[in-house]
Amino acid sequence: MTTFMPFSQADVLDAVIWALSEDAPLEIFGHGSRRGIGRPMQCEHALDLSGLSGVTLYEPEELVLSAKAGTPLIDIERLLARHRQEMAFEPMNCTRLFGGTATQTDKTGTIGGALATNLAGPRRIKAGAVRDHVLGISAVSGRGELFKSGGRVVKNVTGYDLSKLMAGSWGTLAVVTDITVKVLPAAEMQTTLAIRGLSDEHAVAAMALALGSSAEVSAAAHLPYGVTQRVASDMRGDEAATLLRVEGFGPSVAYRIETLKRLLENAGPMAEIGAQFSKPLWRDIRDCEPFADGTERPVWRVSMAPSEAHRMVLALRMETGADAYYDWQGGLVWLRMEAEPEAETLRRLIAEFGGGHATLMRSSPAWRAAIPVFEPQPAPLAALAARLKNEFDPKGILNPGRMVSGAPSAKVGETEEERSEP
Amino acid sequence: MSGLLMPTPDAETMRRRDEIVAGLRAIVPGEGVVDAVNEMRAFESDGLTAYRQLPLVVVLPETVGQVSRILKFCNERNIRVVPRGSGTSLSGGALPLEDAVLLVMSRFNRILEINFPNRVVVAQPGVTNLGISTAVEPEGFYYAPDPSSQIACSIGGNVAENSGGVHCLKYGLTANNVLGIEMVLMDGEVVRLGGRHLDSEGYDLLGVMTGSEGLLGVVTEVTVRILKKPETARALLIGFPSSEQGGQCVADIIGAGIIPGGMEMMDRPAIHAAEDFVHAGYPLECEALLIVELDGPGVEVDHLIDLVEAIAHKNGSTTCNISTSEAERLNFWAGRKAAFPAVGRISPDYYCMDGTIPRKELPRVLAGMRTMSEKYGLRVANVFHAGDGNLHPLILYDANVPGELQKAEDFGADILRLCVEVGGVLTGEHGVGVEKRDLMPEMFNEIDLDQQMRVKCAFDPNHLLNPGKVFPQLRRCAELGRMHISGGKLPFPNIPRF
Repeated sequence: MTTFMPFSQADVLDAVIWALSEDAPLEIFGHGSRRGIGRPMQCEHALDLSGLSGVTLYEPEELVLSAKAGTPLIDIERLLARHRQEMAFEPMNCTRLFGGTATQTDKTGTIGGALATNLAGPRRIKAGAVRDHVLGISAVSGRGELFKSGGRVVKNVTGYDLSKLMAGSWGTLAVVTDITVKVLPAAEMQTTLAIRGLSDEHAVAAMALALGSSAEVSAAAHLPYGVTQRVASDMRGDEAATLLRVEGFGPSVAYRIETLKRLLENAGPMAEIGAQFSKPLWRDIRDCEPFADGTERPVWRVSMAPSEAHRMVLALRMETGADAYYDWQGGLVWLRMEAEPEAETLRRLIAEFGGGHATLMRSSPAWRAAIPVFEPQPAPLAALAARLKNEFDPKGILNPGRMVSGAPSAKVGETEEERSEP
Repeated sequence: MSGLLMPTPDAETMRRRDEIVAGLRAIVPGEGVVDAVNEMRAFESDGLTAYRQLPLVVVLPETVGQVSRILKFCNERNIRVVPRGSGTSLSGGALPLEDAVLLVMSRFNRILEINFPNRVVVAQPGVTNLGISTAVEPEGFYYAPDPSSQIACSIGGNVAENSGGVHCLKYGLTANNVLGIEMVLMDGEVVRLGGRHLDSEGYDLLGVMTGSEGLLGVVTEVTVRILKKPETARALLIGFPSSEQGGQCVADIIGAGIIPGGMEMMDRPAIHAAEDFVHAGYPLECEALLIVELDGPGVEVDHLIDLVEAIAHKNGSTTCNISTSEAERLNFWAGRKAAFPAVGRISPDYYCMDGTIPRKELPRVLAGMRTMSEKYGLRVANVFHAGDGNLHPLILYDANVPGELQKAEDFGADILRLCVEVGGVLTGEHGVGVEKRDLMPEMFNEIDLDQQMRVKCAFDPNHLLNPGKVFPQLRRCAELGRMHISGGKLPFPNIPRF
């Protein structure tokens, strides 16, 4: 096992060309905080990007920041906070889900990992995911070619948006070395309105009403009975909590909270949660803290239409045991299964209730090898994705098999190879 | 016409025209196939009117099944296809080809579903951008991206071009507001990307499709996010003695943590043309005019108006009017919205450019444009989406003067080169199309362009869909597929190993 530790773009290029010439697949990671997600890989060698670190450009008034892929997210967040800005997509910190403790704060994720996995937090419903904030990238493809896409400006339709293609590609198309993102002003203030004791169904209706108002709710989650006490907050009691976050300028936040209270006055008992508790509360919802139980019990992340997800969960519970909580107005379900992942049951029900996708975020390697971690695609779409993979990484040397099983390299005869000896 | 090289028409296809028309008629009966020259004239150009070309034949399908069969028919016979929505592209994205079937999606004009709890609208691609907002308006909702052609442009075309508008800074482009599409690939396969849920289970093909300019697939259904209208909107109309001061004001507003709903700037020639046309009461003595629109709850808007007014004053504004009524706010916008036709009044023709720059480079780029204007002997007026750095220089020329169109195009190309030089891009929202195709190497090297073409190869390996657009030269997929491992084996790369 060789682990390459590049410190420059040129180093990455060297390593990929070496891997190509040796037919030696590489596992690509930064901090490795998300290594437990995806199908287990049989890579003899690894490419550790954590040495490729540093913010290379930050112009607060232009709302733009560029960093090398291995730059720790916390470093970027601290720098932005000094200028009262933030990455509006609230990148997930996966360490807690995989048993990390609060003291292990040095390897909590990189900007490259955030892009490769596209795991956005609660503000996704208002501000978009990582894919909506990436403006440009440089990367080395599985062909050993260094390329760039996009730029440093928000409004840009020049050529195909390969930056978005990298978002959520889990390192299977190219090794991204540099990333430029749009940053935004951080809200001056935030308050969360908690409505207690609602059923899933009533909670979803309340959240839809809130999101359909002009209150500009920036996050909407529902923690069913028993989940409430597993997140940091000043909420008392076990009963369910439906949470609506409002952010912005002080007077505006106060006004919009009042608007929501009027709108939902008959929904149930309400309490306001101030910024001091609201911030850690939403961090815990983002990071799946309620299911960070130190076990390997299967955890799913399911994305569906907000109105349908809780109905799917109800049907699922008729067939198997599962804990659930909801983010994204109810459209994002975090599920912890009692025993086995029950992938087929879950995916059948997702399709039955209008479609969406489920990703197995935590499970034993055996299960991750046995069932599709990512939602299987219909044949024509799967074939299209395979052709794309083949274009960027024909020999299957970048994270082979992490997203889909199957032969790592191109179909025989599809790729002509030329080798010029020195 | 200037020297735009389009792919050489395929003689074999041209020869088989009758057979192709008959084949299409078998798929789309009745008036859905147009092959008479006088009737095809309506389709010979899009919003980039300097270029005209009659297509081989026009087909207007009504169902997804027909689209699929048309594409499969053409794919099997190696016939090129140019997709078209409403034909409002400003970059020639829907310019027909002599040997290509023009696939017009305007009969896909129905809204299929309005879903308020999930805040989505599902529409066929021929529905206009404004049509979506109009459909949800009674409930107080709207669709945020609002390109200036929104009365006419189709939502399918918006996906193809990743259209913007004046509200992009706060509400995003098309790519940020589309949740799903159904599309047909060149081989006739129908695939769905996304839906009512967020994000993708695999590669973000929706992100790639948005802004792919009709080269990857034909969109047959679009699911968009709708938003509740803000409670109020008010605008400030601010005049500055220099573009530097106007630019600094924009930077300071954003630096103060304020993201306005819209933030537009005009230069002196544009201010004068607009004022002469609509009499909006614009101050004529200033060099830069800024419109800042703030939207949200009244209490927030009032708070921010005060902040912006103070920032403007600090930056040396000479006038600052604040709208006190909806009529006044719309009046502030009237001049800006009429800027293009206003310029059309003072010149026989104008050529609209679309570069984006880092905002701080505005003074340098405006100064560069003044120099170029002298060099080419052509006037230029500027309107500018100041919030996101998207410039729309309007080059004034007269097509009846021999050589002036060429001069205007050269001038435009120089402006775009300058945009790239200062860290910007060739096009912010109008697309590459045929217009900026040959300038792509200014921004991308050969390897960069190869990666984009590889995406094309995954979708349409025979390059049959909308050829001659976006890429200066499309390389054959087989050639792109070859691996070049130069230097042979590299067993000891010079990087740390553990």
